[in-house]
Amino acid sequence: MQNILKVKNPAHVAIHTLLIVGGFFMLFPFVWMISTSFKGDDEILTTSKEIVLLPDVARPDFLNSQEDRDRIERRAERQRLWDKEQEKPAAERDKKVRAPFKWYDNYVYAWKAQPFYRFFLNTLFVTITVTAVSLFFASLAAYAFAFFNFPFKDLAFMLMLGTMMLPQQALLIPNYIFLSKLGWINTYLSLIVPWLASAYSVFFLRQFFKQLPKDLFEAATIDGCTRFQFYYMVVLPLSKPPMVTLGIFSFLANWNSFVWPLIVTNDTNLRVIQVGLSYFSSEAGTRWGPLMAASTMTILPLVIMYFLAQKQFVESQATTGMKE
Amino acid sequence: MANKRNKDWSAYLYLMPVIVILVIFHVLPIFYSLAVSFYEWDLIGSPEFVGASNYLRLADDPMFYKSLWNTVYYAAISVPMSIFFSMLIAMLLNNPISAIGIYRTVYFIPVITSINAVAIVWNFIYHPDFGLLNKILDIFSIDPQTWLQDPFWAMPCIIFMSVWKGLGHNVIIFLAGLQNIPKHLYEAARIDGASRWQQFRHITWPLLSPTTFFVFTISTIGSFQVFSQVYMMTPRGGPLKSTMVIVYYLYRKAFEQFEFGYALAIAFTLFMIIFACTLFNKLYLEKKVHYS
Repeated sequence: MQNILKVKNPAHVAIHTLLIVGGFFMLFPFVWMISTSFKGDDEILTTSKEIVLLPDVARPDFLNSQEDRDRIERRAERQRLWDKEQEKPAAERDKKVRAPFKWYDNYVYAWKAQPFYRFFLNTLFVTITVTAVSLFFASLAAYAFAFFNFPFKDLAFMLMLGTMMLPQQALLIPNYIFLSKLGWINTYLSLIVPWLASAYSVFFLRQFFKQLPKDLFEAATIDGCTRFQFYYMVVLPLSKPPMVTLGIFSFLANWNSFVWPLIVTNDTNLRVIQVGLSYFSSEAGTRWGPLMAASTMTILPLVIMYFLAQKQFVESQATTGMKE
Repeated sequence: MANKRNKDWSAYLYLMPVIVILVIFHVLPIFYSLAVSFYEWDLIGSPEFVGASNYLRLADDPMFYKSLWNTVYYAAISVPMSIFFSMLIAMLLNNPISAIGIYRTVYFIPVITSINAVAIVWNFIYHPDFGLLNKILDIFSIDPQTWLQDPFWAMPCIIFMSVWKGLGHNVIIFLAGLQNIPKHLYEAARIDGASRWQQFRHITWPLLSPTTFFVFTISTIGSFQVFSQVYMMTPRGGPLKSTMVIVYYLYRKAFEQFEFGYALAIAFTLFMIIFACTLFNKLYLEKKVHYS
């Protein structure tokens, strides 16, 4: 805290202020999402104009307004009715009496509605495979584009960029027909193989490779270094920063991919997390509490993984500027 | 020498894995689609050759022009807005200030989240009765709006959410670009008495141009293909079709009305528009890009 308050440069105060205001905009939707995921319908569906950040379970008494106290009273009443109902033998209970809201109910509801753990495992497997292999392929291609002169180079490059420009929705129909002829529908192959090549990754790495000194390449090849040796021993070690950045982008893109898995799989055992979420979303309709709980569960593993990879990622950013 | 190098086919060994997969799953389907765009086909019956009539019908379809206009509106606002804010934030983060790691993480969090989950959250924020946005506006005594149900506001709402979602991605790319600019250039400029604006205009802007070119190209292509958030936030094209973007129109024709030939004709027209834009970028704008 001392460190933050002791400002050496007055311009930094302005910088911090701007960054904090911006950061608030970035984060608040998630704060709201998590907060809502712990609220009951009676808390969410209120026309009160007050912004209530904390759900009832986390609110100290002195913050409660009259409306809150009424709601808590109604919940206590529901609890009494429920308890009374539970005393009866199971057969005689009135089905209309619902259990009162508990703070984790939204999560339980979402977790039971779809087999989310299976979706997580599927997504993890597909994502890791695609990321690792596609990064290797892309770096080879980008190396060729950045360092070699070869026939039809510009044409090949433009064609490759061209593949990014056709909307995925237009590729779905022919690809679906092709994959079903191969017998790949409802297999992991259909989720993995088409995405092992990424024009985006090639373009991204080419931009970085082009900034590596070309003299080094000329000198090394004259000294008898083969091209693959140069790629393996010089280019790859130098491009760890962009590779890590790209690896994270690729991981995220694959974790979050939705339309493709929706079309090429319909087996629940192969379903990935985004498809699961959308099924749940149409099932839950406007039940905002469980929807926010499911969204939180989908987002959380990514955030955790991002924090774990953070050190690598930041180091990669830091070293990008070092080499000259 | 140059001539000899030009016969160097072995480079294609390095390109092979990428090329094979792109050709099979991304290029051949394009030709297949191109062929189908000259047919009338509902995927069940046998396709019927209709020549260019899908394209002629397109030239006459007011909904196509509306969706094209909506897409251009989306791209024209979201791309410059995203580049402006992400470059600004990247330049702020490129200072030796404390807590830099925290800021970096915070700005990147929307990027790592899925568009599906985030669209659900923003649907709730924009909700006319229970939404956070109207509650915030109430503090400033601004009347509640119906946002996604309002023909005027629906598209700005989607643009705002999209820029928010994609900002961190561009920030990271700009930051990597900024850190490649040698620090001694700024020191020299400061010694010569250059103002902050002059430093930006004559050092940052030109040396950042490869990065800006990359971000501009990718964002433009991406924004012409905007789909998921429109699909999740404004089903059926929004109020008065105000968020009917071109890919959504294509999706609707293909998967709701089963006019595959017509849908693929739309896809190709869009493809040619994007391709023309990118070619223009590559041939014209890249001339202004400064590669070190």
